[in-house]
Amino acid sequence: MILLFLFFFTLGMSVLTALLRDEKIRGGVVIVGSIIMMVLDVLFCVWAYLNGVGDNKVLTFLPESGLTEKCTYVFMAGELFLFSLITVLSVKHGKYHCILLSAIGTIPVLWLDITHKAVENLPMLKVDDLTILMFMVVGIVGGLISIYAVGYLHDYHIHHKDVENRSQYFQALLFLFLTAMYGLITSDALSWMFFFWEITSTVSFLLIGYTKKSEAVTNSFRALWMNLLGGCGFMVAILYCALVMHIGSLTELVEAGPRKAGIVIPVVFLSLAAITKSAQMPFSRWLLGAMVAPTPSSALLHSATMVKAGVYLLIRISPLFAGNLGGIMITTIGGFTFFAASLLAISQSDGKKVLAYSTISNLGLITACAGVGQPAATWAAIMLLLFHAVSKSLMFLAVGAVENATGSRDVEDMHGMVVKFPKMAYVMTVGICGMFLAPFGMLVAKWAALKAYIDSNNVMLVMFLVFGSATTMFYWGKWLGKLYAVLHQSERHRDVVHKSEWQVMYCLTALIVSLCALFPMIGTVFVQPVLSQSFGQTVGTIISDNDIRVMLMMLIMIGLMPVLAAFLIRNRKEKMTMAYMAGVNAGDDRHFIDSLGGIRPSYLSNWYMEEWFGEKRILNPSLYLSATAVTVMMIVAVGGAL
Amino acid sequence: MRMTVVLLSILIYLAAAPLVGLAFEGYDRVVSARMQNRKGPSFFQPLYDLLKLFQKQSIVVNRVQTALVIGFVIFTIFTGCIFFAGGDILLVFFAHSLADMFLILAAYSANSPYSSLGAQREFMQTMAYEPMTLLTAIGFYMTCGSFNVSDVIQQEVPAIVRAPGIFLGFCFTLLIIFRKSPFDLATSHHAHQEMVKGLTQDLAGNIYGLQELGELYASVQMLSVAGLFFICKNPLSYVVAVVAVIVIYFFILLADNIFPRVKWEVMLSSTWVVTFVFGGGNFLILTMLNIAGK
Repeated sequence: MILLFLFFFTLGMSVLTALLRDEKIRGGVVIVGSIIMMVLDVLFCVWAYLNGVGDNKVLTFLPESGLTEKCTYVFMAGELFLFSLITVLSVKHGKYHCILLSAIGTIPVLWLDITHKAVENLPMLKVDDLTILMFMVVGIVGGLISIYAVGYLHDYHIHHKDVENRSQYFQALLFLFLTAMYGLITSDALSWMFFFWEITSTVSFLLIGYTKKSEAVTNSFRALWMNLLGGCGFMVAILYCALVMHIGSLTELVEAGPRKAGIVIPVVFLSLAAITKSAQMPFSRWLLGAMVAPTPSSALLHSATMVKAGVYLLIRISPLFAGNLGGIMITTIGGFTFFAASLLAISQSDGKKVLAYSTISNLGLITACAGVGQPAATWAAIMLLLFHAVSKSLMFLAVGAVENATGSRDVEDMHGMVVKFPKMAYVMTVGICGMFLAPFGMLVAKWAALKAYIDSNNVMLVMFLVFGSATTMFYWGKWLGKLYAVLHQSERHRDVVHKSEWQVMYCLTALIVSLCALFPMIGTVFVQPVLSQSFGQTVGTIISDNDIRVMLMMLIMIGLMPVLAAFLIRNRKEKMTMAYMAGVNAGDDRHFIDSLGGIRPSYLSNWYMEEWFGEKRILNPSLYLSATAVTVMMIVAVGGAL
Repeated sequence: MRMTVVLLSILIYLAAAPLVGLAFEGYDRVVSARMQNRKGPSFFQPLYDLLKLFQKQSIVVNRVQTALVIGFVIFTIFTGCIFFAGGDILLVFFAHSLADMFLILAAYSANSPYSSLGAQREFMQTMAYEPMTLLTAIGFYMTCGSFNVSDVIQQEVPAIVRAPGIFLGFCFTLLIIFRKSPFDLATSHHAHQEMVKGLTQDLAGNIYGLQELGELYASVQMLSVAGLFFICKNPLSYVVAVVAVIVIYFFILLADNIFPRVKWEVMLSSTWVVTFVFGGGNFLILTMLNIAGK
């Protein structure tokens, strides 16, 4: 019941925000609504837990056939609506290929429903521990971002006078998206999941095109066609499952097991859908393009939730990857993307682009983990998903707030933030450290991934991981360094960030830190049961208690560091001096005397190594390589199975 | 019983590591001087230098830097404690990079051209050697089935027998870790390297002394990892390990002295190639052996 209520409440919020014109009232409604949504979300998780989800039980919902049928009609109408919406917009902008792709994806599924060839009478919805975890991510991160969006959009339209103010449309889309996400993670029936899948693609397309500038339109259509192509893959999987294997739900598919003849076909096509949605190479370019959208949508759709739908699907079907070509395809693509995208991130100085590449890279790691098809690797995948969602959304929100406050989101311009904008520097420090440094979350998960790769004898993945984590360290580290340059006598930035935005960022910061302390519990309470269900074997401890204790000690030490340092340097007699500039300082730290005696400002830049890791050098070869790999492996896998 | 052993080894590490580190530095000074055909300072010079630094007035560019240097020292020592308590080698390397991050941030905070350049170089160096250090940890795991130092030292056969490639790769990266040429990114004590220091340029007086102390702990840890390759159940293996480490250090000094400068491009690519070929190749063979063994 709560589930339905939550679902319709979020949908209602979407309609309500679309109708409310007055900005102030709408802002209040959105904030209150998001809070109610988060509360409902948590209530639902508690309810599900009390109803035994924690004890290896799965709650399934098999609505009486009348209701299912009605829902199916609603969904069919919805699919037709999406199709016509895409058609109208594509015609308007002359992008006819999208119509074709949309038609290929939609019509066969409709045909399946109309002719009643689809498998019927099966549980349409399913709630297990993984669903609960996803609910937490979608509900809490999504709710926080919706609240943040209120203040952000207000400022955004002050700075961007040339963009038409359609913020009610924007906020309505955010809620619509959250509704679709809730639907996606509870659906067990493939056809239902597909419907929500297509909604997320379309909403993402609409949000990327929000500003209506030509770049935004181009990028939004790129995102659309790639995601629709993935939708076509999904459609093929549904058709094959229904017509040949008489399977209609994910659970049945997983129960069929990796050895069943022909299973590799739906697995490969679902993987294709997943890698487009999760922006794996060669489909990574749409996510970069998506960065033109206002920050809340980047944070919500393009890092925390929507792109996670792809890896979520992979995690669901990960037992099917054990020892077949589908698994090899997914691990190769994922591992390669992890490494290549982290190299590309080194050459970027635009904060949002670094975040985008880092998202692609981390999604690659999750993809690779899911593709191993072993419980320990999937454990790492789920943990990575969780930690990444929280840390990355915080980073996006922080960059967005910096951009609104200082007018730039370039990493170079964040030089000296610790002096100019201390609060923000600390928030970003937690976000960045959360992405790559011990003892924070992502590193723990990467560690588990490394162990799992070694134990599954996957030499190639281990190599991708060790090289990729070194490059990851480089691009995060130099960003972190920029924040910590102490620029004397610099003015503080005026803190124009809304109070609500700060509260959201503080919440996320607290979440990151507490997740680090709580991850062993999350592992045993939520993640291990999921794995036991889907793999049919119990999963042991992944990271030993001893190591966890040491990590906790490190966490506490880092927490105490500022206090300790302040205490130690409290009474020190220190002589202050200027930074060393080979004796040519011009009176301060920032200017020097050049060879002609003139005074010049000094400028300290980070290294971007364009000629090594630039997009020009790396991007196209990587795309061609991965495109070839995907095509060849799909052909071989499908050909082999037929 | 086990707890006592752990505590004892941590205590010995805390007390002895600076001395051992100083001894190696002294050895460095003497050997390098001989190789360059000059008299050079005495064996105890590094100790005098360090003591002198601690007596000097502290001159700083800002206080954030001081705090960060303290962080570096604390976490470096902590890293060593994990190692000598018999902990997880991977965790040792992770903690090591955390400590290093503090030092790099300290350099960034100085906001001077030299420190800033040094920080970028340090990142580059870390990026160059990190794959190999991770592979080193993996190598130990492949030979004895555990990441824990306490299990590695209980092996029947020392790790070097089955992981010689990984050992060579690790020694190659030691050149970078100890900030030696042939890579012109080095920032050690010798005049034949760069004239102006990078990373530690804006540290002075006792804060610099503190940083040097941290470095001593760090180098003892890294040498211990090299020694770990030779250690097995047999108590005699510890003697072998000590001799081996002294020999390795000699070769590091030799490389430092006979190679002309090499640019960072060469450093990055050569280290990655060595990592890939020696480390990756050895790892591949170990994996195949494991599969065959099952």
